[in-house]
Amino acid sequence: MNQTIPLSYYLAISAVLFAMGTLGVLIRRNPLIIFMSVELMLNSANLAFVAFARSFGVLTGQIFVFFVMTVSAAEVAVGLALIVIIFRNKHSINIDLMNSLKG
Amino acid sequence: MNLTLILFIVLAAVAVASAAGLLVSRNTVYAALFLVLNFATVAVFYLLLGAPFIALAQVTIYAGAIMVLFLFVIMLLGSEKLPRGLVLPWQRPMAIVLAAVLLAEAGFLLFQRLRLTATLANPEASVNTTETLRTLGMTLFNQYLLPFEVTSVLLLVAMVGVIVLTKKEKGEQG
Repeated sequence: MNQTIPLSYYLAISAVLFAMGTLGVLIRRNPLIIFMSVELMLNSANLAFVAFARSFGVLTGQIFVFFVMTVSAAEVAVGLALIVIIFRNKHSINIDLMNSLKG
Repeated sequence: MNLTLILFIVLAAVAVASAAGLLVSRNTVYAALFLVLNFATVAVFYLLLGAPFIALAQVTIYAGAIMVLFLFVIMLLGSEKLPRGLVLPWQRPMAIVLAAVLLAEAGFLLFQRLRLTATLANPEASVNTTETLRTLGMTLFNQYLLPFEVTSVLLLVAMVGVIVLTKKEKGEQG
């Protein structure tokens, strides 16, 4: 039980989750799912931060993860509000309809 | 094959499977629930890494607050299922190729260039949770006090911005 997992395993799972988040942004057409994929990417970056913090024995990585979490909470609030407004204007949130800046 | 490694492999499988579920599920509510499962497994990863504060913040902020907000908007807009519009034929294969290139690049960088084969530092010294939390709080409120306060201003700006954005103009039909 004492034996720990190599840092590279955590980095590998982080890289895989990040790539899957990128794939989600590229293939999905629902802006909500695209947004969730962005959250997945942020989360995988957080995992790499914590793994490096443990590896180097410093706490700065964990503090940075805390800041990333608050920023992503603010980002989600603003992004979802934008999606709600787009829905109100166009009565659909299909990403293909969002092709002009002028509503 | 020790217990921690078995736990790690199971968690990694659940995390990757739930991310795949997010990518393929047709219903947006199912996608959100898959993402909650993914966040929960990552929280257990944080516990394995000796970061209990981050693990609990993950559960409350991500799996709690952010995903509830997502589910709320999904159900508010009634966008559980979008009609299939016109689909670019090359979009999906191109996206898969690009994501595979990204993954290969990340793997090359991590394992060839940086030679990250080292194990985690001092594995024998099990992390003292109370001490870690104490140090984390002291660091956060001494060394990183200014960023912490800036974060609170950022949250306030986001809140005001959201209220201004979604407020209906006078006389506007909703």
